[in-house]
Amino acid sequence: MATLLIAEHNGTELAPATLSALTAAQQIGSDVTVLVAGADVKAVADAVAQCAGVSKVLLAEGDSLAHDLAENLSELVMSMASDYSHIMAPANSVSKDTMPRVAALLDVGQLSDITAVLSGDQFQRPIYAGNAIATVTSKDATKVITVRAAAFDKVATTGGSATVESIAAPEANSHSSWVSDELSKSERPELTAAERIVSGGRGVGSAENFALVEALADKLGAAVGASRAAVDSGFVANDLQVGQTGKIVAPSLYMAFGISGAIQHLAGMKDSKVIVAVNKDEDAPIFQVADYGLVGDLFEVLPEMTEKL
Amino acid sequence: MKILVGVKRVIDYNVKVRVKSDNTDVDLSNTKMAINPFCEIAVEEAIRLKEAGIATEVIAVSVGSSASQEQLRTAMALGADRAILVEAEGTVEPLNVAKAFAKIMAQEEAGLVILGKQSIDSDNNQVGQMLAALTKRPQGTFASNVTVDGDSVSVTREIDGGLRTIKLALPAIVTTDLRLNEPRFAKLPDIMKAKRKPLDNTSFADLGIEVKQHIQLDKVEAPAARQGGVKVGSVDELIQKLKDEAKVI
Ligand SMILES: Cc1cc2nc3c(=O)[nH]c(=O)nc-3n(C[C@H](O)[C@H](O)[C@H](O)COP(=O)(O)OP(=O)(O)OC[C@H]3O[C@@H](n4cnc5c(N)ncnc54)[C@H](O)[C@@H]3O)c2cc1C
Repeated sequence: MATLLIAEHNGTELAPATLSALTAAQQIGSDVTVLVAGADVKAVADAVAQCAGVSKVLLAEGDSLAHDLAENLSELVMSMASDYSHIMAPANSVSKDTMPRVAALLDVGQLSDITAVLSGDQFQRPIYAGNAIATVTSKDATKVITVRAAAFDKVATTGGSATVESIAAPEANSHSSWVSDELSKSERPELTAAERIVSGGRGVGSAENFALVEALADKLGAAVGASRAAVDSGFVANDLQVGQTGKIVAPSLYMAFGISGAIQHLAGMKDSKVIVAVNKDEDAPIFQVADYGLVGDLFEVLPEMTEKL
Repeated sequence: MKILVGVKRVIDYNVKVRVKSDNTDVDLSNTKMAINPFCEIAVEEAIRLKEAGIATEVIAVSVGSSASQEQLRTAMALGADRAILVEAEGTVEPLNVAKAFAKIMAQEEAGLVILGKQSIDSDNNQVGQMLAALTKRPQGTFASNVTVDGDSVSVTREIDGGLRTIKLALPAIVTTDLRLNEPRFAKLPDIMKAKRKPLDNTSFADLGIEVKQHIQLDKVEAPAARQGGVKVGSVDELIQKLKDEAKVI
């Protein structure tokens, strides 16, 4: 049997998380078909076709798929589900919305956020904010899986030559409709794709002060991240939250300024390669996971560091 | 309109879980338990809709062991009118939970079901979406704003790129994100009053649901511990270490 992987994209570009999920999909050992769904996503499908180890690309374009409505997207996936033993997607806000619907329609369980493929039916996934790792076996004929991208290497974006086959988009459902988007615009790298991240917490104090975090991030070509407290306080937008219930990241360098290190925050960044923590409280739990800790005032450290780099 | 809210008993979010020495599961004995924080937000939202005159009744539903009565009483102290416990031992898989909610949603003719987006123990993030699929109703997941308007509801959702607003025909299923509201605390007189509110017991068998196992738990391990590193004394030292030792800048 074959594996179906649902590609992540922003409407124009393939998201790197797809490349990591492709690694996980290939570890299962069957042919991998990638589904690209959206309004006008031919370019994304063409990019997927070039990726290493992709057997086939299915391209579904239509208005009903324009805004990722789970009702429509799950309908599309269901129309082809019987051809696959594994239906996978990188864990993101679209797949988290859609995949459990697919699982329920198939009357199967879902494996959320897997971090390792042990065999075609056995996987690992973090539970309790990553404070425990569960090894689980799926008993279902069809396995519905979301993949934690940060746990898998990316496949090459070249070397493949899969065919792209167009398929019909589903009818729009009559119960839900898109109204509007308020998307964050930023020239900085996207959080989950960034090699370096500079994050700020409650200690940063205000939205204006976040400029200090941004200045260092720009110097390093890094993405900006935040703790829940910083988002709740309105310093930055919700999509910058790193943690158990926000984004899961594992960059080469993660720098935390004015973040205490609550388990929910650590859950989202503790697999980063190198962690730097700057906090004025020498007992802050963040220091327990930091490779390099600096006890100090972020309002002095941030400008000094930005200047000296 | 009746509103159904989900209430799950989970480990208190401040407590770091331990793994059992035989690796069969986590050890929850003598652990402080509480309402899952996202469920608390769901309860709060339902109560606000009742206070605004939009909901007529708020029914708190839990699927779990008899100890979950404690969390249902808390939900009633916060303002839920009554509660239903679907009693079940051990871990109940999301699809089975969703099937129980689907049955109760039909029985109660609920117009809106508000659930937490995920529970902080199993971190699955599935039940709301599964319930929507089973009942063929629309879903608004990861909600940071919910506005009921006649026979529809507008839901602003936290998505990877920012915020997205969608409109759903009622009945609908909403799952809560952190910024939907700030839950209130229960007041002592309300805690006393909640003891007299109705709490019905039911079971999967009573609801006519066959509980199936989909995912088997083989083993639970502690994650690889991260070695604590070193403290540096100055920005200069930090930069030097990042350049020469870690080689990340
Ligand atoms: C259900 C649930 C889900 C959650 N999900 C997440 C999540 O996904 N991500 C997340 O981050 N949190 C999450 N949280 C919240 C988490 O529990 C913490 O409350 C949060 O991470 C704290 O953020 P913080 O470290 O910025 O703030 P605080 O804990 O208040 O820490 C601020 C730190 O800044 C330091 N500081 C202050 N001023 C300075 C200064 N001038 N210089 C240097 N240091 C300074 C202080 O010493 C302190 O350590 C969740 C909580 C719940 C209940």
